[in-house]
Amino acid sequence: MSEEFIYDSDKRGPVSIEELRGIFQYRDLIYQLVRRDVVSRYKRSVLGIVWTLLQPLGMMFILSMVFANLFHSVKGYPAYILSGLLAWTFFAQTTGAIIHQIVWGGALLRQIYLPRTSFAISAIGTGLVNLTISFVPLFIILLSSGLPINSSVLFLPISMVLLSAFSLGIGLIISTLAVRFPDIAEMYHIILTAWMYLTPIVYPEKLIPESYRFWFFNLNPMYHIVKIFRMPLFEGVFPDLRTLIIAMVVSLVPLIVGWLFYSKRADEFAYYW
Amino acid sequence: MENQNTDAIRLEDVSVGYRRPGEPIHTFKEYAIRLIQGKIQYKEFNALSNVNLKIHKGETFAIVGNNGAGKSTLLKVISRVLIPTQGRVQINGKVTPLLQLGAGFHPELSGRENVFLNGTILGHPRREIEEHMEEVIEFSELGEFIDAPLRTYSSGMSARLGFAAATTWEPDILLLDEVLSVGDEAFQKKCHVRMQNFRKERTTSILVSHVMKTVLSLCERAAWLDHGIVRAVGKTEEVIAEYRKAQKKV
Repeated sequence: MSEEFIYDSDKRGPVSIEELRGIFQYRDLIYQLVRRDVVSRYKRSVLGIVWTLLQPLGMMFILSMVFANLFHSVKGYPAYILSGLLAWTFFAQTTGAIIHQIVWGGALLRQIYLPRTSFAISAIGTGLVNLTISFVPLFIILLSSGLPINSSVLFLPISMVLLSAFSLGIGLIISTLAVRFPDIAEMYHIILTAWMYLTPIVYPEKLIPESYRFWFFNLNPMYHIVKIFRMPLFEGVFPDLRTLIIAMVVSLVPLIVGWLFYSKRADEFAYYW
Repeated sequence: MENQNTDAIRLEDVSVGYRRPGEPIHTFKEYAIRLIQGKIQYKEFNALSNVNLKIHKGETFAIVGNNGAGKSTLLKVISRVLIPTQGRVQINGKVTPLLQLGAGFHPELSGRENVFLNGTILGHPRREIEEHMEEVIEFSELGEFIDAPLRTYSSGMSARLGFAAATTWEPDILLLDEVLSVGDEAFQKKCHVRMQNFRKERTTSILVSHVMKTVLSLCERAAWLDHGIVRAVGKTEEVIAEYRKAQKKV
């Protein structure tokens, strides 16, 4: 009666599906991991939560002072920067955290079975908590720049889901490679810096000459993600269907590719750790 | 005939082979250069070769052998950390490795919060952890310190918390990798008593140790691993006698 076996290596389904099932089973773990990261961050320093608010604000002030004279044509320029910067910071921080946890933080995964995406998913959860907190300064900046907060902010949860999907997908792809070759992680950090300046975050889209714009933006998935995040905030409009569909494609495709690639390779990780 | 239901773990023809480049390649840059030069040669070595093993439900089983014999690899296969390159693994029950003490613990969180974290890492749902909280606090002898941050604990205190958190739930299959040297002597005794109690319950325990005294006093059966090959399986005294005989010859 081998049905009694809880685990039988001969009866394993496709790894990508088993992984989904595992994540559901271990949902309490994900919650605890997010809680650990959020609580420990806020316990460590006296200012605690204030740092989460100040960090993007500080960046915004620096960037808007440096570039204000160049781009004074943009109304509410600080709010323009901040709305893009929040999306970018989320992406950079969560992918960085995912890679760090999977490549260097394998200590637990070396000792006990856990769904191997637990740490990646909890990194996204932590990022979402921090992002939500940083909406407070964003709304203050929006209002003080004389920009109205429209009902379009109701669209934000969808933007956040797409942003999370994209970040998780990229994070999984890079970490799968980086487990084998740790220098990929170093390369990624350099690429991130370049990538940020290739994405219209500190400068307006119009800065790019009309003839280049099509390729410049369409080859960069982050452009579409930042756009769908910024539209309901800075422009105060609901994204049109075309923008939405493009953003869905550029975020869900990396997620699916990343998930499949990662689950396919995850069995080998223990051999490299 | 042996009843199949009494097995907690069954390994059939399990091999773990590492395929490693002849010279270690650590970076993508090196890999790319070597690949272009066509200079990548792989060496294969088996950490485990065709292991067949059945461990019965409720028994305390020991794995002995020299360093590098594959004992830890075998535990990793059982805990599903390592998927073997070949063979079939069947496991009947939840496997709980006694984690390296403090693994997964966070210094800024309180003892109680860490028990929650540790419990979910071991795969227990939140509700179950709440139900057993008092028991963990009692066994670890931490009292009100349970709500103090872990960084304020002495190493003995966190070790006690670690052992309490790992064993309060009466695991189906408990893996112990030479960690019984926990805390002071009085606490060690308590751990041994708990292990003895597990034997009476349904728990299957698998112990990897170099201390033959511990192995003899706790385990009914044992397996001797040598270079990834099972040399002997059977009654602890007999397996250890054979293992010792081979040691002397060398």
